[in-house]
Amino acid sequence: MIKATIHKTLRSATGKMNLAIELDFKRGQFVTLYGPSGAGKTTTLRIIAGLLSPDKGSIEVNDCIWFDNERKINRVPQQRKIGYVFQDYALFPHMTVRKNLEFALDNKQDKAIVDELIGIVELEELQDRKPETLSGGQQQRVALARALVRKPEVLLLDEPLSALDIRMRSKLQDYILKVHKKYHLTTILVSHDIGEIIKMSDVVYKLQDGCVEKVGKPMTVFASNQLSGKFQFVGEVIDITKEDVIYIVTVLIGQNVVKVVAQEQEIVNLEIGDKVIVASKAFNPVLQKIEA
Amino acid sequence: MIDWGPIILTAKLALVTTVILLIVSVPLAYWLAFSKSRMKPVVETLVSMPLVLPPTVLGFYLLMAFSPGNSFGAWLQEWFGLRLIFSFSGLVIGSMIYSLPFMVNPIQSGLSGLPSSLSEASYILGKSKLKTLFSVLLPNIKPSLLTGIVLAFAHTIGEFGVVLMIGGNIPEKTKVVSIAIYDEVEALNYAHANTYSMILFVITFIVLLSVYVINGGYLKKFWK
Repeated sequence: MIKATIHKTLRSATGKMNLAIELDFKRGQFVTLYGPSGAGKTTTLRIIAGLLSPDKGSIEVNDCIWFDNERKINRVPQQRKIGYVFQDYALFPHMTVRKNLEFALDNKQDKAIVDELIGIVELEELQDRKPETLSGGQQQRVALARALVRKPEVLLLDEPLSALDIRMRSKLQDYILKVHKKYHLTTILVSHDIGEIIKMSDVVYKLQDGCVEKVGKPMTVFASNQLSGKFQFVGEVIDITKEDVIYIVTVLIGQNVVKVVAQEQEIVNLEIGDKVIVASKAFNPVLQKIEA
Repeated sequence: MIDWGPIILTAKLALVTTVILLIVSVPLAYWLAFSKSRMKPVVETLVSMPLVLPPTVLGFYLLMAFSPGNSFGAWLQEWFGLRLIFSFSGLVIGSMIYSLPFMVNPIQSGLSGLPSSLSEASYILGKSKLKTLFSVLLPNIKPSLLTGIVLAFAHTIGEFGVVLMIGGNIPEKTKVVSIAIYDEVEALNYAHANTYSMILFVITFIVLLSVYVINGGYLKKFWK
């Protein structure tokens, strides 16, 4: 179980902000921190990692206290069982892929884990290359694998997928889910992408100005009125065109483009780039086998 | 034929100074790059002072401090048997102070130019600050280290004022090339002065050229 109460006054470009965050979730859950830039997502992650100290509060992870200002406990990052994937990957430029992973090994730790992780993220062919020769997605996989070498209890991911294109994203999401399950991790992800959050997380914390605005399952947090539809997908509006009296809204769902007919009152608040839920109720789905 | 003594002495002085200076400068540069102490600007100023201070000023104060007639100099002589004026060890200490900014500044700016996530990643991977410094930070600032080493070396070769003040002009002990040149000119031996000067000119040219070639990546291009 992870329980955290974090208070910290931050001085940013836009002035002072009070970070006051309460987290409470179970071991093994996939948790996402969501919110606009400057809401305190990355700061929260850095505080959990021990890279920043809160002014007051406590952090308890799996019955072990990492921080408690009243009891004067503040474990350094080295003593917290965490894996951290940085936004800029933070791979060591002078080491090969394999050396980056081996560097993470603890004294006397079995080297077998390095081969296992290289296998899981499918980097066998690239293991002797330097990070600068790899693509963004490949570097990301190295960073993910390196974060897991010490077998952490908590995996922290700071917008790891923001710099990647949609196809690469979806593939990396699968890698992350795979290791999350395989190593029984508790994962905290910082993300801006609602589709990604719905696909991956059990719980989402929606942050606003340093406070938790909403907590819950992704669908509850993001859908303002609960739908009963059996089919619902999150996508992004990429086009709105007028056809006589109706409108055709083109929505990108994952890698598929879907056209949806809409009435004028439905599109009033809609702009290109908006996230929408495409849902359908009261119709009978037809199944058809796809010939390979 | 010229006397090779001053040239060997200069090379020895530059080498010893550079090695000890490197060992001293890495922790100092690390502290300057990452400390949030209020003392930092003061220390930074002191480190950079030799850049602007006339070497004779530095030499004068070192002479005063090291002189056995003075309490510090007397203490050194009494406890360690060290007599720093008119001796090679005195020259090394004087040269170290004189070349300090040339070593510390490149290393400091190299370290503070690295993204902080590199050291943070290393801490999270369970590595100590010392291990992080030697395995992650220093290997990634090799060009800065090289610049520091070469500048300190070349600068020590070229020093004159400090050496003259605290070292004097003792053959085989403190008579370095720059002083030998002055000596030869005083004695109107222009040919000898020219030989010494030419040697210094060529050495400093080669040393500095090698830095620009290596740091500019020309060597890599050439080998590829």
